[in-house]
Amino acid sequence: MDLRFTPEENAFREEIRAFFRENLPEEVRRKIVAGKHFSKQELVDWTRALNRKGWAVPHWPEEWGGTGWDPVRQYIFLSEMQSHPAPPPLPFGVNMVAPVIYTFGSDEQKKRFLPRIANLDDWWCQGFSEPGSGSDLASLKTRAVREGDHYIVNGQKTWTTLGQYADWIFCLVRTDPAAKKQEGISFLLIDMTTPGITLRPIQTIDGGREVNEVFFDDVKVPVDNLVGQENKGWDYAKFLLGNERMNIARVGMTKERLRRVRELASLERVGDVPLIETPRFREKLAAVEIELKALEMTQLRVVAGERNREKGKPDPATSVLKIKGSELQQMTTELLMDVVGPYALPYVPEEDDDAPDLPNEPPIGPDYAAPMAPGYFNYRKVSIYGGSNEIQRQIIAKAILGL
Amino acid sequence: MDFDLTDEQRLLKDSVERFVADRYDFERRKAFLAAEGGFSRENWAAFAELGLLAVPFAEEDGGIGGGPVETMIVMEAFGRGLVVEPYLPTVILGGGILRHAASAEQKADLIPRIAGGEITLALAQIERGSRYDLHHVETRARKDGESWIIDGEKGVVLNGDTADTLIVVARTAGTTRDADGIGLFLVDAKAPGVSRRGYPTQDGLRAAEITFESARAEAALGDPGKGLPILARVVDEGIAAICAEAVGVMDRMRDLTVEYIKTRKQFGVPIGSFQVLQHRASDMVVAIEQARSMACYATMMAAEEDAAARGQAVSAAKVQIGRSGRFVGQQAIQLHGGIGMTMEYSIGHYFKRMTMIETLFGDADHHLEKVAAGESLFAA
Repeated sequence: MDLRFTPEENAFREEIRAFFRENLPEEVRRKIVAGKHFSKQELVDWTRALNRKGWAVPHWPEEWGGTGWDPVRQYIFLSEMQSHPAPPPLPFGVNMVAPVIYTFGSDEQKKRFLPRIANLDDWWCQGFSEPGSGSDLASLKTRAVREGDHYIVNGQKTWTTLGQYADWIFCLVRTDPAAKKQEGISFLLIDMTTPGITLRPIQTIDGGREVNEVFFDDVKVPVDNLVGQENKGWDYAKFLLGNERMNIARVGMTKERLRRVRELASLERVGDVPLIETPRFREKLAAVEIELKALEMTQLRVVAGERNREKGKPDPATSVLKIKGSELQQMTTELLMDVVGPYALPYVPEEDDDAPDLPNEPPIGPDYAAPMAPGYFNYRKVSIYGGSNEIQRQIIAKAILGL
Repeated sequence: MDFDLTDEQRLLKDSVERFVADRYDFERRKAFLAAEGGFSRENWAAFAELGLLAVPFAEEDGGIGGGPVETMIVMEAFGRGLVVEPYLPTVILGGGILRHAASAEQKADLIPRIAGGEITLALAQIERGSRYDLHHVETRARKDGESWIIDGEKGVVLNGDTADTLIVVARTAGTTRDADGIGLFLVDAKAPGVSRRGYPTQDGLRAAEITFESARAEAALGDPGKGLPILARVVDEGIAAICAEAVGVMDRMRDLTVEYIKTRKQFGVPIGSFQVLQHRASDMVVAIEQARSMACYATMMAAEEDAAARGQAVSAAKVQIGRSGRFVGQQAIQLHGGIGMTMEYSIGHYFKRMTMIETLFGDADHHLEKVAAGESLFAA
């Protein structure tokens, strides 16, 4: 047992850091540090820079552009990306639909979609949740009826993140309403420009508009866009959700956020004393760091265990990562909000939010304060999505404890 | 980076786990506790036989050259079995001081006797006013010709009432809370001037209040004014060891609890079918996995030479173990209901040992304060 990284692994880490330093525009990095949104174009440019280097989709099979790195290197790459920080590749493409396509899709589908996902030529979004189907996802009602070489899709999806930019949506649809609920679901790939699709943004409590409702009204989808077999979609969805949990701990991101906490807490003063030097604050911060160190070790144990696991079978311990990872992300947003004190209060819309035409006014209070409360509000989502933390506890109870 | 054990480590793990599984059930443990001295001399001889008492000592000193990982393996298994023999005071604490401070002659004299199971040790460190501060030392050692004379009082000395040999932390210079001027002394427990008042601890183990009245030490271990860094190092190793023990204790508490809620029926169904209990049990899993991770981290850092980095890591682990342990222990009792409150059922004994581990060498508050005062755990 040696939990230190080998010299080769450390050299690998340095190579990645150097690439990030040289290729990611500093302005994008600074936006992420400040808790602001980067634009679609910035993500596209960055993804293409990674793709040129051959690093856009490291975890994919090598024939489709994967790097063949072992799980430890995969982890180092991801955690460096988060802690740099650099924009993470769009998860709906590279982490969600692509593994389903290369595992269960046809050769046609692989050739058609995978290279475009890696290069972010196609922006994908997710059509799983429905207004009546959240944690009980298998109760979904969106219907797909086969008519010749097409399906006719009717229904509604919701919580579709960044759907406003999307070229494609992957959907769970009901193809056999008579079957048991898990056994009548299929996995369809749908072109967002197809007539009959409308999108309505949902404003979230932080003021942002990252999620949407998507309506399907007699949408014609070629049967070629069915992934795998009809009525087997639930299996593919479970596979996808298991993969999603692997990446959800976001230790690197929380590390970066805690650096930010330290930085801002040394700027903020309580009288003459920087906040970072007050014992109460230091203990709060230390408590979060300890939990994060523990989570990092837990993540590494899961990563190391991957080498001995059957491929494609997620470890139920990933539910532990999801619960703790989301809690720590949330605690960090609380710390950031607490750091800025009373200047957490002023509401200053970001440009792409609600503000019609912001004149070039000076910031209210310190220029770093405005995104903190919205960040806190927004991150309440992380214990809800990806299988709510209560669903994760069900998974632990069943899969680990046999209850 | 890997979490795999070597073949030798796997053999050690198999043998200590087999010992605990075969010879350490709850009923037998009661008999061990009732024996003279509060533990089984037969088990102690078996530990010697299995090589467990030689684990952390260098091969040239008569040991088997194990490191923190080997200690973790032994302690985790001991936690699972709630082993009562004085392994921590003898091999980890007393033995640790010898490893880091004793001369070649002293090692040659003592280590083979420890490894052979002939003697047990105790570390007399705590004082009435010290709480968890290692540098708080009122007990005095004064030079008398070639030897040292000890005066003072030590408290809660684990295995203090039956140990053959004591290692006493005493001040040779300076005032009570100075970091300098602290020495480590080897004292025969039966020497004139040593009086011991032994008692059981809450978890069934044994400790003693020990008074030294002009007691003559057999020898000083290392430089008699520079003992603190060695003591701190050994306590860090001790913390890593009890973190591993705690993981074994918690694993067992989880297993016992899950087994219980699967079989206990109320309202006509096993109570484990209730979601509120399932989620509580899942939270125990999360707390234990976080604790296991930090026990690994403490193990990895226990041999670190940089005292600040080592202390920071070990303190962080102790905070996590303390918090996880308290949660898991309390939930284990709660989920058992009334039966968990009874002395005759095992879960309460795990709970009590866990609670003592939380306090040993500093509770979560103490170590959180240390972590908070130091550098970030993610520095550079």
